[in-house]
Amino acid sequence: MTTELPGFGLAAGLAGAPDTASEEWVARLRCLGAERDPAVAELHVLLLRAARFEIRRRRAAFPHLAGADLDDLAWQSADDALMSILRRLGDFRGDSRFTTWACKFAILEAGTKVRRHAWRDREIPVTPSFWPVAPDRAPSPHQHAEARELLAALHEEVERLTDRQREVFVAVAFNEVPIDVLAERLNTTRGAVYKSLHDARRKLRAALTTRGLASADEGR
Amino acid sequence: MADDRERLIEALVGPTDPELSCDECFDVLDIYVELELADRAADAELPLMRAHLLGCPACCADYDSLRALLLAGPGEVA
Repeated sequence: MTTELPGFGLAAGLAGAPDTASEEWVARLRCLGAERDPAVAELHVLLLRAARFEIRRRRAAFPHLAGADLDDLAWQSADDALMSILRRLGDFRGDSRFTTWACKFAILEAGTKVRRHAWRDREIPVTPSFWPVAPDRAPSPHQHAEARELLAALHEEVERLTDRQREVFVAVAFNEVPIDVLAERLNTTRGAVYKSLHDARRKLRAALTTRGLASADEGR
Repeated sequence: MADDRERLIEALVGPTDPELSCDECFDVLDIYVELELADRAADAELPLMRAHLLGCPACCADYDSLRALLLAGPGEVA
């Protein structure tokens, strides 16, 4: 079969039409024993390229990571992505190309590993590193006062969140802690952390609406 | 002025629209990106996805990267 690697432009058959190459990938990976090995090796090459691509994209944000560390992360990411894919092969429905479906696992693993690696020696701040303040150069004194009122109300309402919601909201919104880093420290999943964040956002908006600071139809 | 205040609330609090979960987002991420790159109505076919990408920095980073990977030239993917 022809290996369809990403990075060579868009191939035909995007989104929707089951394509022969994808069906072949799945069939080869479902083989038993030694017949499967070449397909697994080929898939690992694909995943390693995707992981390296992702790590290169994130490298600028983490200049202290050395090249060897980064390539090690790429290999770990490809290994972990491969395990996930083989475990979840039955989830692939052919709604996208197999290579696209597979590469998202490598990107998820690589992105998460880079962020966690970059934060591994850093404390997660539990208090805001800053509180937003009303801009000095607001267009009018009225708008400046309005912004100050809003920020004061927000400060009070953050204190009324549950402990977990406040911890997550403060870390993500004010201290720019990546969600997957926070998930690792809290021994939970990205999805669970994000749910806490979303719940906190909804609660804060509802409280601001009750105070008359946000309009009800925007409360969502 | 209400718009300015709403923008400030959005910036401080973040989006609160109904949206997908992170797991649901991951399940359809490949489909969504391919739909977009095929100039099809990704947001109509996968409603609530865009809202999640706006609210979740981690999933949005995955989305950006998968899209960039599919668009990358040969020299960019080693």
